[in-house]
Amino acid sequence: MARVLINLPRTARRGEVVEIRTLIQHVMETGYRPGADGVVAPRDIITGFTCVYNNEEVFAAELAPAIAANPFLSFSLVAAESGILAFTWTGDNGFEQTETRSLTVT
Amino acid sequence: MSLPSCLRSGIERRALGAGLLAVALLRPARAERPGLREAVLGFTGGAEPAEGGVTLDIPPLVENGNTVPVTIAVESPMTEEAHVRRIALFNERNPQPHVVTARLGPRAGRARLSTRMRLATSQRLVAVAEMSDGSFRSANADVIVTLAACVES
Repeated sequence: MARVLINLPRTARRGEVVEIRTLIQHVMETGYRPGADGVVAPRDIITGFTCVYNNEEVFAAELAPAIAANPFLSFSLVAAESGILAFTWTGDNGFEQTETRSLTVT
Repeated sequence: MSLPSCLRSGIERRALGAGLLAVALLRPARAERPGLREAVLGFTGGAEPAEGGVTLDIPPLVENGNTVPVTIAVESPMTEEAHVRRIALFNERNPQPHVVTARLGPRAGRARLSTRMRLATSQRLVAVAEMSDGSFRSANADVIVTLAACVES
């Protein structure tokens, strides 16, 4: 399991736009870099990210090798109702990781 | 005994020619990626994006191309009627033109995206936004990189 940092407020007022910042530990090997032995290392990147808020997708991203190692993504969403936010990263070699956080809307 | 000068210069010229030929043959291999314009038109489906309404925020002078913060913000009320559907970022001189494509909607509240990217060399970046009415807007930025992302080593 890769280490993940997710920064979002625990509570928000209804209708408030909250900013979410996510970071996941990953090498993001581009597939263009030769190693010490001169052989190009095969591509190993995170290709997709989704944020699902109470079973509805609010943000998704497709990533290319041009994204830096340990991909950082920041976006926002409208706090509509209390619920669960599920963050999923998918990538090469069957990489998949989901983290959940709860958001309380007052 | 050394070679006659005319013959030697002929050999040197041939070696130089072979060198130039090798460079000429190697160059297209790097240039095979689709250009910036083709990548943008591929995203828009052939439509020419209008300049303006998009802010592409990236440092103009970058010391380390391995991790460069970039923020794209699009002017939009983000309502059900008028919102941003997708935001994409393309580069000019990395091995691949695509950087990131984001899908969002009215529930995002604000059409704003931040990430960190790699830059292989000094180049131009283009951010394109697809609006809910089917139109496209864009912004571009030129970046100078002093230490490139390690593409070669």
